[in-house]
Amino acid sequence: MPQFTDLLFFAFAGMALLFGFLTVANPVSRNPVTSAMFLVLTIISLAGLYLLLHAFFLAAVQVLVYAGAVMVLFLFVIMLLDIKEEERRRLKTFTVGVGSVAVAALLGILTVSALSAKPGSPAGQTRLAVGDTAELGKVLFNHWLLPFEILSVLLLVAMVGVILLSKKDLK
Amino acid sequence: MNVGLQHYLIVSGLLFSLGLLGVVVRRNLLVIFMGLELMLNAANLSLVAFSRYNANLDGQVMVFFIITVAAAEVAVGLALIVALYRKRQTAHVEDLTTLKL
Repeated sequence: MPQFTDLLFFAFAGMALLFGFLTVANPVSRNPVTSAMFLVLTIISLAGLYLLLHAFFLAAVQVLVYAGAVMVLFLFVIMLLDIKEEERRRLKTFTVGVGSVAVAALLGILTVSALSAKPGSPAGQTRLAVGDTAELGKVLFNHWLLPFEILSVLLLVAMVGVILLSKKDLK
Repeated sequence: MNVGLQHYLIVSGLLFSLGLLGVVVRRNLLVIFMGLELMLNAANLSLVAFSRYNANLDGQVMVFFIITVAAAEVAVGLALIVALYRKRQTAHVEDLTTLKL
C-alpha cells in the first residue's frame, strides 16, 4: 500500500513531465504563447514537488517569482513581437533527429548517475528541521550573507542594463 | 515502493533533457529561452532533493540564489531579444547568421 505522499509525488512528477514536454514539443500548436502557458503549469507542478520535499518557502518563491513575474515578462515580450511567422515554418527533420539522439544520450548518462546516488537518510529523523522557513532565514543571513548582498548588486546591474538596452537609439 | 532521492533525480534528469531538447530543436528565440528556464528548474529540483535527503539547508539557499539569478537573466535576455527584433525584425535563429563565416 503506497503512502499518500508517494501518490502525490507521482502525480506532480507526471504533471511536470507532461507539461514540460508540451512546452518544448507541442504536437498541436507551435505558438510561443501556448509554450509559455504550459511552462507556467510545469513550474507550478515543480512547486508541488518542493512542498513534498518540505521546502515550503521555495515553493512559494517559485510560484511568486517564476509563475508570476518571469512568465508575465515572457508574455509581454511575446505580445510585443510578431509571432504569426512561427507557425508557418517547418522543423528540419535532420535537426530534430540529431538533437533527439544527443538528448537521449545525455538522458542515459543522467539516469545511470542518478541510480547510483546514495539514498541518504530522510531528513525527518534528523535534528535539522529542513524546510523550516526560520531555519532557512538563519542560514541565509548568517552563513550566506555576503553572497546575498552581492546578489542584490547583480539585480541592480541587471536593471540598469535592461533600461540601457531598451532605449530607443541603441548605440 | 517508497519514493526516495533517486526518483527525484530521475524526474530532474528527464526535465533537464526536455529543456535541452527544446533548446536544440526549436528555432524560436523565445521558446529556446523557455527551454533554458526548464533546465534551470530541473537543476533546482535536484538541489532541493539533495538538500532534503542530506538534511543540509545549503542546497535550498543555492536554489534561492539560482531563482534570483534566473530572474535577472530573463530580464536581460528578453531585453536583448527585443533590441534584436527592433534591428532585424526577426526572432528566429535561422535568420541571425551575420557572424557566420
